[in-house]
Amino acid sequence: MIYRVISVILFLLLAPLVGGLLDGIDRKISARMQGRIGPPLLQPFYDLKKLMAKQTIVVEKAQTFLLLSYCATQIFTGCMFFAGEDVLMCFFVLSTGATFLVFAGYITYSPYSSLGASRELIQIMSYEPAILLSCVGLYLATGTFNVSSIIQTPISLILVLPGFFFGYVFMLSIKMRKSPFDISTSHHPHQELVKGITTEMGAKNLAFYTITEWYENVFLLGVVALFIVNKNPWSYLAAVIVVLGICFLETLIDNVSARVKWHVMLKVSWIVTILACGINLMILMLINRG
Amino acid sequence: MEMPIIPFLICFPLLVSVLMFTIRVNKIRNAVAYISAVAIITGTIVLVVQWAIGGCKPIELYVEVEWIDRIILGVELFCMCLLTYLCFKYKKYWISLLSICPTLLIAWLDLFGPEREEIFHIYVDHLAILMCLIIGVIGCLIVIYAVGYMHGYHHLHTEIEDRRYYFFMLLFIFLGAMFGFVLSSGTLWVDAFWEITSICSFLLIGYTKTPEAIVNSFRALWMNLLGGTALAVGVVLQVIDTGNDSLQLLVSGAVLRNAGCVIPVALIAFAALTKTAQMPFSKWLMGAMVAPTPSSALLHSATMVKAGIYILFRLSPAMDGQEIGSMIAFIGGFTFLAASIMAIAQSDGKKVLAFSTISNLGLMVACAGVGRQETIWAGLFLMLFHAVSKSLLFQDIGAVENATHSRDLEDMHGLIHRLPRLGVFMFIGIAGMFLAPFGMLISKWAALKAAVDAHNIMLVIFIAYGSATTMFYWTKWMGKLISATNDPPFKDITKRNEVISLTIHAVLMIALCVLFPILSKIYVEPLMLEMFGVAHAVLPMNVLYMLVVLICFIFIVPLLAYVFSKRIKDVDKIAYMSGINEGDDDSFTDSFGEPKKLVISNWYFKDLFGQRKLMVPCIAITTAVIVVELVIIIGGTLL
Repeated sequence: MIYRVISVILFLLLAPLVGGLLDGIDRKISARMQGRIGPPLLQPFYDLKKLMAKQTIVVEKAQTFLLLSYCATQIFTGCMFFAGEDVLMCFFVLSTGATFLVFAGYITYSPYSSLGASRELIQIMSYEPAILLSCVGLYLATGTFNVSSIIQTPISLILVLPGFFFGYVFMLSIKMRKSPFDISTSHHPHQELVKGITTEMGAKNLAFYTITEWYENVFLLGVVALFIVNKNPWSYLAAVIVVLGICFLETLIDNVSARVKWHVMLKVSWIVTILACGINLMILMLINRG
Repeated sequence: MEMPIIPFLICFPLLVSVLMFTIRVNKIRNAVAYISAVAIITGTIVLVVQWAIGGCKPIELYVEVEWIDRIILGVELFCMCLLTYLCFKYKKYWISLLSICPTLLIAWLDLFGPEREEIFHIYVDHLAILMCLIIGVIGCLIVIYAVGYMHGYHHLHTEIEDRRYYFFMLLFIFLGAMFGFVLSSGTLWVDAFWEITSICSFLLIGYTKTPEAIVNSFRALWMNLLGGTALAVGVVLQVIDTGNDSLQLLVSGAVLRNAGCVIPVALIAFAALTKTAQMPFSKWLMGAMVAPTPSSALLHSATMVKAGIYILFRLSPAMDGQEIGSMIAFIGGFTFLAASIMAIAQSDGKKVLAFSTISNLGLMVACAGVGRQETIWAGLFLMLFHAVSKSLLFQDIGAVENATHSRDLEDMHGLIHRLPRLGVFMFIGIAGMFLAPFGMLISKWAALKAAVDAHNIMLVIFIAYGSATTMFYWTKWMGKLISATNDPPFKDITKRNEVISLTIHAVLMIALCVLFPILSKIYVEPLMLEMFGVAHAVLPMNVLYMLVVLICFIFIVPLLAYVFSKRIKDVDKIAYMSGINEGDDDSFTDSFGEPKKLVISNWYFKDLFGQRKLMVPCIAITTAVIVVELVIIIGGTLL
């Protein structure tokens, strides 16, 4: 019990730091890949500080309330995860939180924001099957959805769930809104003016959005780590290395690919899901049955 | 033990229907309808209490029933004549055969068939009580709503002949038939009540007598009668092979793979597929949306289609690991996914609701097809939550249509600002269909877990993809409701009785979410024990308690966020529109320097997910599966 409390408190305190640092590293590496020097490592925190100090300007008052709800539910998801609760439940709460974000886009008069919200919805539709199936995979391999029990596994789950791991990592670039699947935020290469769903978010609201994204990313990478860790304490080190590797990979893909159209994203992600997760699922079930 | 309440529940609505037909003064008829609805709700509660006082034990009644059998046969013959007359009147001659053949077959069995063992004809257990509660409470609330709705409906559609006496007559006949259906345990009785509900549905769809309504009503008729024919053949085979017509004995026989029981179970399950509008029979439910909204809510979403689910749940112990079970699970899972994809392309609100109904029914059918105790646990909750939230949504969309003269999703832009009360109800209803702490999602989760435990790979994949598409069409609808708008509010002409029904539904839905763990413990687990002899909840208790925490969280967070966001000082600004905003957030300056109105519309992907594109292949696949599987089952048993 005490471990759970500590782990949740650590998550609450450290996740924004880790998320922000990863964001900073991402920007730095991206810049180097593009032949620029890039901003300082702590630039995301400077940005955040400045956003918090600005006067709040909104086009629709209710947006603030929806963004705060989004923020709170995403943090709650992470807390549940790091408290060792049910991983499937975490993702259900996460998707409820994601609908708050979509509503925050829809609620304005702005056509860009609305369109961004619709596109965000397509992104959710693209990655949801892979997420659900990954949870099923974890369950099949360990017999439980509980994170606290899953990490007690004798061997790293990636060995039995390679397909699910691939499907999940593929889905991460959609979930993190990275190019080529950044259709809802048009973030690439960090300098477009009309930014999809975040178009009408300013000052504090954008700050809330950014913090939430950091928390969310830490949670999502936590699930990546879930595929690696096992009873052996050294596996945690391996998990950290794998997570950093995945982050680098995401940055690389982000920089070398151009944004695709939404139906390409939908088709590709659904096909990858069915091939990677579906086949792994089938094999697992056949083995379990025998 | 005598229980006069049971014949009361079945016969009283039938008596009221006669009154409905004879009273032609609207005010008096409305008053009678209110009183009768309250009486039926009271009757249902009395039944539940009596059963609970008896220790929640299964109650078996009515062994000697020869004269009732005769009455029922008479009613069936009357229905046959009525249908034949209507089929000839509208020149759909061949459909009458689907009524004449099974009815004559049943009549032959009844009068000249082999001697039947004495069985109990009424059987009251947990499952039947749950169905009675859904029919009694939700059904009667819909009747109360219908009184106000039909008033507004005939004001809006003056071109349609006002036949409210006929409409309410059918509603009450239907309620009586449904009670009879869920309380009967003799398959002959089940068959009779089944036919009556099909006919009520057919007549209600054709209520407006427009050409479209007539075409759709006959489509619904032939599909339902086809199922009815399969049911009748199944019953006749059962009586000939086993010498009785008891549903309980049939199921226990099929569990033991008794050859005489396998084919009847397969045929009855097939009949259930038509009733629940699974692919390839989904089109009748889409067509049924031309009927006035109360009948869509009552028959085509909350209760009648649940009759098919109910009979599948009854048969489910006989499905686990059997050929018929894998067919039903496949058809259900496939329909769940296909219908939710097609729902994306719909912009007519009632059509979206219809597709969503088909899709959710598909999930319940799949749960029954897997036939494990865990899947039935999930399926029961799905049924309960679906009945409440769908009934709320249908009633709400009817009220919205009366006020705004449209039920297109695009016209609901900013409904929450323009028609606040109905907008909020709609929001609650949709949230109940798919968002996190609400029952539907939890049940879906349980279904997923149960499907994994049952090693049904196809179903797991169907559920994973189906939840994604489900989320998509609901969220875009909700987004439309809350969008900002400068358009003036509509005049809310919703009658008080409609609001009463809507409010009770909304409260009921939220209460069910909070009571979820208790409901599972004190009601559904005993039900499982009764049906399967074992009971363990799919979701462990600590998860269920966690859910209650989550519910509180989801309700409290937006509240706190709302209070907090009020305190933040902010400056309003107009939205960015690429062209210059004209200053009212409603229009922008176009390239000719003229103001142009901005219209934000949703995506429907008609060319990708459209019904026209997907329906035919889906029907082909499912028809093939059904034909092949039925041939395997029947051939395999006979050879």
